[in-house]
Amino acid sequence: MPVIEICGPGCTRCKMLAERADAAAKGLGLDYTLVKVTTMPEIMARGVMSTPAMVVDGVVKVQGQIPSVEALTGLLAGTK
Amino acid sequence: MTHKTAPTENHETIPIQFGQGACCCGGACKPARNPRAGFTFWKKGGWLILALPLWFLVYHLLLPFANLLTIRVFRLDPTSHLGGAVAFFLYDSPKVLMLLALVVLGVTFVQTFVSPERTRDILARRAGAWGNLLASLLGIITPFCSCSAVPLFIGFVRVGVPLGATFSFLVSAPMVNEVALFMLLGLFGWKIAGIYALTGVSIAFLSGWVLGKLKMERHLESWVLEMPFNAQAAQDYRMSFSDRVEAAVQGVREIVGKVWPYILVGIAVGAFIHGYVPESLMARFMGKGAWWSVPLSVLIGVPLYSNAAGVMPIVQALLGKGAALGTALAFMMAVIGLSLPETIILRKVLKPTLIAVFIGVVATGILIVGYLFNFIL
Repeated sequence: MPVIEICGPGCTRCKMLAERADAAAKGLGLDYTLVKVTTMPEIMARGVMSTPAMVVDGVVKVQGQIPSVEALTGLLAGTK
Repeated sequence: MTHKTAPTENHETIPIQFGQGACCCGGACKPARNPRAGFTFWKKGGWLILALPLWFLVYHLLLPFANLLTIRVFRLDPTSHLGGAVAFFLYDSPKVLMLLALVVLGVTFVQTFVSPERTRDILARRAGAWGNLLASLLGIITPFCSCSAVPLFIGFVRVGVPLGATFSFLVSAPMVNEVALFMLLGLFGWKIAGIYALTGVSIAFLSGWVLGKLKMERHLESWVLEMPFNAQAAQDYRMSFSDRVEAAVQGVREIVGKVWPYILVGIAVGAFIHGYVPESLMARFMGKGAWWSVPLSVLIGVPLYSNAAGVMPIVQALLGKGAALGTALAFMMAVIGLSLPETIILRKVLKPTLIAVFIGVVATGILIVGYLFNFIL
């Protein structure tokens, strides 16, 4: 069961990434948990430097960008 | 208003009609193998091929059209106060918005090739003045959301980028705003754009270098250096060409959609200056002769928070009314480069002494630019 974490203080860009990641994971039929990481020390602890970021099971997959749902689907496909 | 003028919105229907027309021509032509493929091409940014020439055509027709509207529809004399202001507003609003859309499109496209992580790794390997220079240059083009200024700062310092180079980067990023740079190029020509870039990079370089020499590491908040942090490599996600184009179009939608009210306010202020402020008054307050005008415009500029595109029409009107170039540039740099919200964000990692030094150095740099250009031009 993959844990998808969206890192960012909560501006519109982070929300957009969260929505797209959600759509991509749903499309793949994953049994997943989506968590929003919003405090600075927690974001830094994951090694993330630019937000918004997507971390899947502790691995940083996306940093500082908002990929399309298709691209996110590709990134999430290997994590089943 | 934006919907009428922004090329992205205006011509979006063209490719869709084209795509449908290509596969519905009365059954005479063979059905395409995969009609969705062609459609996706147009939808993903192929329509730009048609929209860009139209952009140039419309852009060149703006001035006669604005004058026509002012004289024939509003029945105003463009040489009168009100007529001048109205003509300025009607011409500048679509012009600035269209220019912004084009600039953001190009800049966002280029920025898909650069990431803060890559910049950080390049800077971590260099020490000394070259590191500062490189940081100042990379600061212009590296994309980062202002809400990630703090993680970015920590990330830089923790992988071993010298504090001085980190400051060069942080000064250069807002000071030489990439959108402002190309808007200046479009509105005022390459000379002013060049002056802007050169002086901004010089200030970033020098201020970072000075701050590096001052050994300010002890003025960082202690948690910055104590917190666990494992630097991650740049992401493994690769973009195709069409992804980059799509990201660029998305960038235009987001940015133009967000900043157009600021721009209209800026243009309204510019229009007022253009129509009503007498040249003699402007010469007295912002001309070369008034030595105090440079610090005054910096003081006025700092609390004003606007984006690069919003301040352009004001600078344009100021210059048109005879304000000195150095004074106008100092005002613009203070508005864009020294912003209170960003300073408040940085306060989380920097102790007050370092914040004060940071602001002091940047403000001094802007003052020097202002006086320098008033003196030599």
